[in-house]
Amino acid sequence: MTTTKGTDPSLATALDVAGGATPPGIATGYEGGIGDQVKAYVSRVRSGEMGMLPAIAGLIVLTILFSALSPFFLTRLNIANLFTQSASLAVLAIALVFVILLGEIDLSAGVTAGVGMAAFVLLNSLADWNWAAALLVGLLVGLAIGTFIGYFVAKVGIPSFVVTLGLFLGLPGLLLVMLGDGNTYRIQSPEVLAIMNNNLPQWAGWVMWAVIVLVSIGSAYYDRGRRLKAGVPVRPLGLLWIRVAVVAVASLIFVLLLNQNRSVSVVPVEGVPIVVPITLAIIWIGTQVLDRTRFGLHLYAVGGNPEAARRAGINVAAIRISAFMICSTLAIVSGLFTASRVGTVGSSFGSTIVLNGVAAAVVGGVSLFGGRGRLVQAAVGAILISMITNGLGLLALPGGINLLITGGVLVLAATVDALSRKRSGASLART
Amino acid sequence: MAAPIIELKDIRKGFGPVEVLKGVNLKIYPGQVSALVGDNGAGKSTLIKGLAGVQPYDSGEVLVDGAPVHLGSPKEASRHGIEVVYQDLALCENLDIVQNMFLGREEREHGMLSNGEMEKKASATLGSLSVRTMKSVRQKVSSLSGGQRQTVAIARAVLQEARVVILDEPTAALGVAQTAQVLALVRRLADAGVGVLIISHNLADVFQVADHINVLYLGTMVAQVETAKTNNNDVIGYITGLKTYEPDLEGAAR
Repeated sequence: MTTTKGTDPSLATALDVAGGATPPGIATGYEGGIGDQVKAYVSRVRSGEMGMLPAIAGLIVLTILFSALSPFFLTRLNIANLFTQSASLAVLAIALVFVILLGEIDLSAGVTAGVGMAAFVLLNSLADWNWAAALLVGLLVGLAIGTFIGYFVAKVGIPSFVVTLGLFLGLPGLLLVMLGDGNTYRIQSPEVLAIMNNNLPQWAGWVMWAVIVLVSIGSAYYDRGRRLKAGVPVRPLGLLWIRVAVVAVASLIFVLLLNQNRSVSVVPVEGVPIVVPITLAIIWIGTQVLDRTRFGLHLYAVGGNPEAARRAGINVAAIRISAFMICSTLAIVSGLFTASRVGTVGSSFGSTIVLNGVAAAVVGGVSLFGGRGRLVQAAVGAILISMITNGLGLLALPGGINLLITGGVLVLAATVDALSRKRSGASLART
Repeated sequence: MAAPIIELKDIRKGFGPVEVLKGVNLKIYPGQVSALVGDNGAGKSTLIKGLAGVQPYDSGEVLVDGAPVHLGSPKEASRHGIEVVYQDLALCENLDIVQNMFLGREEREHGMLSNGEMEKKASATLGSLSVRTMKSVRQKVSSLSGGQRQTVAIARAVLQEARVVILDEPTAALGVAQTAQVLALVRRLADAGVGVLIISHNLADVFQVADHINVLYLGTMVAQVETAKTNNNDVIGYITGLKTYEPDLEGAAR
């Protein structure tokens, strides 16, 4: 038999002849009706791939609990508050996912946001720069800090815990120098203040809903079309439409709720908070990058097994540096949300939020060991953590209880993760 | 006998004062399984690291299809159709079979991964290797057994149009049934015209699957013999240096 360096099909054909069998015999997980798909999903969950199911269960339990305890919890005003309160944490958690996926950590994400927003507020409020230009500089500050961390982690070889701990201790000093001792600057840009404090007009809320529905139909059909073109099995159309319907109905209820007046005074407050579409866009774009691009796949690969990634020809250092760059830049966006809500930037800006961000990611089901997790999980985790703060605040319990419960939920989530991990290990041992 | 795909001539490699490879010759033929055996420290790993382009040789000639080439990096080795399946397999457990098989060489369209196309090719490759033991090509590698992982690693090499596949201890961590499966796979690979070099400590495996046996002893190729013309005891003798093989190299290669 000759062995010219043929194309893959010719080799496959050659092997076919040798094997004398007709391929293939291996399924793809896309076959079967809706029932088979549901069964497959249940078996994945049972084998330990729970994703964000525990976090969603937590959300449901907390919603029932708090709505039973406080009549104010499920009011429209509080629901809107909950989403604006969690937006900053959600974006920070999403930022952290990029480095947590690599098994790294960025303890300095919060103070990085502080430095970036200090640059913004000095340029915007003091030097009268245009808000967009000032924000761009703030984002570039984040990019620079991320590059710095990435360089020391990937090229010098210092554990990210140490590098970012150094920045966590050092950057507040830079913040003090930038702002001057004890100074606090007010955010003056109405555009930035609007992010957290203003709402979309009703029609814009419906446009947002339409975009969500169209994008979910579009991407589902796009994926399906590409699979059909490649000649591989696709999931039943019914399942696609069930998924679209779930998204459409959930976001419909959401927009409907927020489009009604939720004010407790005579001045009406209605519409979807502006921060919501911004956050959704960040989640959507980030998810596309992680799920559909080579970069995203390589991020998971490096997080799963850096040595395997290196041998496969992946530039591991470049992946690590870019992850830290994305993390620090998105951290600035999280700081922007915080600044918009608080209205000021002071010397202690962002000094406490980072561990909540890590907690949100972990509670949502992102594995600190790297290689497992999705952005939407971090966002759900952030809502869960914010819900604890929000709900307990309504119950007027002593402040300490809030911290204790948040910590307890974190340990509980990590336990669920560890147990599911053990379980998947056990199912491996059985095969 | 076809011409060798790869021929190593007088390969030398040293680390400081220690000479690990002292003028090694080796031929890998298409459609044949060549075994490389030798005790720990004989230089097997150094020899394959050079072929993989991970750790280039100090001197000596590497001929691919009779033409001298330089294997300075894994990419160059891969360009010449040489793929190494390492003992620790180098798979990402958190990714699925398709993603692992295409890792580092993903197919894209408009900058986005062509998941359907890759899935189809992965299925076809696994099917062509008569692999039937996996539930789904979208299964995560963490859920696979050791033998299945070995299969994925080998299929990855096949997918990348390897002409020479180097297997480092492919059966070391496997049970009896899985070893049999992997050896059968190795045989099918060779039957399809691929040149296979298998490194193993397990002589039973070697005698079962290999056409030639090459024995390294302290950096020197002490024996190159057809499997059919030798026996277990002789090979153990060559490996331990207790028995001398009369170097009739051309004869061994017929």
